[in-house]
Amino acid sequence: MNTQSIPFIRRAVSEIGRSLLVSCWFMFLTFPIMVIKVNPLERTIDWQWMRLVWIGLAVFPLSLVWRWLMMRKEQGSAKDGEDSWQKRLGERIRADRKISAAILALLAAFVVAFPFIFSSYQTQIMISALMYVMLGLGLNIVVGLAGLLDLGYVAFYAVGAYSYALLNHHFGLGFWSALPIGAGLATIFGILLGFPVLRLRGDYLAIVTLGFGEIIRLVLENWNAFSQGPSGIAGISRPGFFGIELSLSQHTVFLYFIVLALVAFTILVVSRLRNSRIGRAWIALREDEIACQAMGIDKTKTKLTAFALGATWAGFVGCIFAAKTTFINPASFTFMESAIILSIVVLGGMGSIIGVIVGALVLILLPEYLRAFSEYRMLVFGASMVLIMVFRPQGIITGVRRHYRFRQKEGTEEQGERDAASA
Amino acid sequence: MLQVLDIKQLTMDFGGLRAIDDVDLEVRQGEIVALIGPNGAGKTTFFNCVTGVYEPTGGVMMARRPGKNASVKLNKLKPNVITEHGLARTFQNIRLFQNMTVLENVMVARHCRTRSGILGAIFRNAGTRREEQETVDFSYGLLEKVGLQQHVNDLARELPYGAQRRLEIARALATEPFLLLLDEPAAGMNPRETSELDALITRIRDDEGISILLIEHDMKLVMSISQRIYVMDYGRLIAQGTPREIAENPNVIKAYLGETFDA
Amino acid sequence: MDYFLELFFGGLTRGSIYALIALGYTMVYGIIQLINFAHGEIYMIGAFTALIAASALSLLGLNGPALLVLAGLIAVIYSAAYGYTIEKIAYKPLRTAQRLSPLISAIGMSIFLQNYVLLAQTSDFLSFPTLVDEFAFMEPVSHIMRSSELLIVLTTLVCTVLLTLFIKFSRMGKAMRATAQDKTMAMLLGININQVISVTFIIGSSLAAVGGVLISNHIGQINFYIGFIAGIKAFTAAVLGGIGSIPGAVLGGLILGWTESFATGYVSSDYEDVFAFGLLVFILIFRPAGILGRTSTDKV
Ligand SMILES: Nc1ncnc2c1ncn2[C@@H]1O[C@H](COP(=O)(O)OP(=O)(O)OP(=O)(O)O)[C@@H](O)[C@H]1O
Ligand SMILES: [Mg+2]
Repeated sequence: MNTQSIPFIRRAVSEIGRSLLVSCWFMFLTFPIMVIKVNPLERTIDWQWMRLVWIGLAVFPLSLVWRWLMMRKEQGSAKDGEDSWQKRLGERIRADRKISAAILALLAAFVVAFPFIFSSYQTQIMISALMYVMLGLGLNIVVGLAGLLDLGYVAFYAVGAYSYALLNHHFGLGFWSALPIGAGLATIFGILLGFPVLRLRGDYLAIVTLGFGEIIRLVLENWNAFSQGPSGIAGISRPGFFGIELSLSQHTVFLYFIVLALVAFTILVVSRLRNSRIGRAWIALREDEIACQAMGIDKTKTKLTAFALGATWAGFVGCIFAAKTTFINPASFTFMESAIILSIVVLGGMGSIIGVIVGALVLILLPEYLRAFSEYRMLVFGASMVLIMVFRPQGIITGVRRHYRFRQKEGTEEQGERDAASA
Repeated sequence: MLQVLDIKQLTMDFGGLRAIDDVDLEVRQGEIVALIGPNGAGKTTFFNCVTGVYEPTGGVMMARRPGKNASVKLNKLKPNVITEHGLARTFQNIRLFQNMTVLENVMVARHCRTRSGILGAIFRNAGTRREEQETVDFSYGLLEKVGLQQHVNDLARELPYGAQRRLEIARALATEPFLLLLDEPAAGMNPRETSELDALITRIRDDEGISILLIEHDMKLVMSISQRIYVMDYGRLIAQGTPREIAENPNVIKAYLGETFDA
Repeated sequence: MDYFLELFFGGLTRGSIYALIALGYTMVYGIIQLINFAHGEIYMIGAFTALIAASALSLLGLNGPALLVLAGLIAVIYSAAYGYTIEKIAYKPLRTAQRLSPLISAIGMSIFLQNYVLLAQTSDFLSFPTLVDEFAFMEPVSHIMRSSELLIVLTTLVCTVLLTLFIKFSRMGKAMRATAQDKTMAMLLGININQVISVTFIIGSSLAAVGGVLISNHIGQINFYIGFIAGIKAFTAAVLGGIGSIPGAVLGGLILGWTESFATGYVSSDYEDVFAFGLLVFILIFRPAGILGRTSTDKV
């Protein structure tokens, strides 16, 4: 007994010692920026010593957890063990059609009843969360399925929003006619931008798309004659409801259902695409470009379809955004917006539909309801992107590939019924 | 016999390094031809040139599908176009789509033989559904052929090594090639798997009339399976001929000195 | 003519700063093929640390160039420490991961650091104290070039020369070059890869901090967001010159600086950043290997 526990104790002591060191290191590291708060107006300094204490106290357990997780990760990759509880639970739910149908029905009822149960304000928040679900699913096509890191996604969002705003402003075009036009213009932009840049390697592509996104925003900001510059465009019409006048709260409910329908449509499209000829080509491209080409897939064309389709979705949501806020300006289309959408995809799980939905709801709703937390929102986004990449690169929810069933005997194989096997 | 692949004076430079130097090689219809040589001889580079992954510095590469009159010049074609013409390959360092299922890996390779597009995928019209079903059936058939039918729904990365190599072959076959280029298909296999592979390769040639060019270090396999052998060393062709001729060729034995050469 | 010269030296100054930051990008990319997205934030943290140190030290009665040097030194030390720590947390665990994972991690780190400074300090612009008076001998040309600009150009020159010598002749420099060429081979030859990578981050971060201190001293105000734009522009400079190449980074920085300076001076000042991003897009599309970079075929 005793001889066995000695190495364990030694190990524990060394781990604690290391974590203490890490904690000291971080106290040193954060000292100037955390402790010495400069007040530029009065040219004075506040010494915030308590922060140093907090850092020290917080880093110590975090370091222990970090080291433990690292250890587990290394062991895990050695055994190649899958996270079994999640897999089993997922399989149970999928296998039992009754459970999954019941859950779905309950969810549908809740979602439809939402605007009637909750206040107009809550509905507004839900609308923007659902918009982010759509944006996330759209970007998921580009990043999650095709593996193209697009950091300028917000540019297409802006194209959609400005299409509707300008068409409405100059020609009085309504929401319903502007929606396809906005999406179409975003598609065209996607193709125009995609064509030259999609030959680039993955990381260069990321930077170029970032550059494009910023160019579009800067043009919108400075080309006053076209976009009315930083002051933006106000007084955009809300979606019309068969020519009937609606009150503000009725408008909100109406918009909620428009967005809900579009989200449902998006889910349908993405889930069908994922298990189609094109979708498989996207995933293959993500997995291995060289092998993908060697299997006869045109790399550029395949990338372009993903890129353009993603852009189309951003265009859709852009139109809705303009209709929802009735006012847009370039400040809504900064790189941070792209980063938020990207973190939704990364956090939820690249390639997984449910993951992206959960990611969007968590990332958008949490800061709304936890006001105290909202200040730290971007801090937490950034940190979680790092943590997810380090510890769980497949995201919270792992995308599951479709299963096919065959009779084991030769001859009459049949495609199975179990095609719900996609999370 | 008609040639399916005809390479003349192929040369490939990487900066100052000449990886392939003036190589001529041909494969005739229904043949199994081996390309051998010590490590770093330039064999994989040869495959990469033929399949359009690299652009060769010089030489002419022609290919002809049996039954067609015109042959196609492969120089400067993109890899996917070459595959569409009917040359398919496997990779020495296995390049499967790791996070897709075994069946899907093969289905991906049907891409260039199928047509349905985005709208078809979204609306799932009758044509798309039929094509999808055909793809599934065809791919499953190929998996049966290489003996992977138990693994259809497993992820490719979960397969044992030998099975991954067979999946690479099935995936290449799904593109309906007339010439199959196999880069060290037996690497990492045990003797039993290797002899199964021997039978599989012969069966592919006999059943489908697909010609085969293979790179292999396992001399037993090479000697038993191939009609003709080309030997490369330092980018050059140092010998060619039947297995018997090669086994007796002093140049070859010299090139392989230090390596086990048990033919 | 004076206007031209003013733009020329303005571009030279900007370009020098871009070059200092670009060196860090290029060194890191050369060794681990990662666009260290958080590098711009290191530059920002360098500027903040210098400002904070200068404010604190001036309470002790220090001032003038001595204060600038001391505050600069503290900034360099802290930036290096940040660079080192970031690599350990966000990149080292991802050495063997899929190629986009480290980049996403880097983006997350960049967002985190921006908001860390924003929350710990302020979102307002802070004014950087004037620490160096105009040099007397610069009087006749002061309408073309200010003293702080001269300081920037000279410091950049010194840093580049020192870095080049270090990489050419020191043991560590040689190890860095070997690692950049072939990591596996370097490892087999007994080079400690982890150490090489750490040193690369430390050097790159120090240079960025130098840039941050100098530009703050020149412009006179900073906020938490300065690293983002500067970072992307410096990355543009690195790519323009040929990523992985040290003279390339300097050349790229200068070309970008002049492009911006002349374009804003003669064309339109509204589109300053558009010129830079436009140049970035243009190079990556037409010559992704950059001016001094060589195109190579990826091994299959
Ligand atoms: N993309 C590339 N860039 C530079 N050199 C390369 C490249 N590809 C291959 N080479 C070089 O070309 C030479 C031939 O390599 P190749 O992979 O073709 O050899 P091989 O005959 O397949 O060897 P093995 O039996 O080990 O697979 C080697 O020296 C290799 O380093
Ligand atoms: Mg090889």
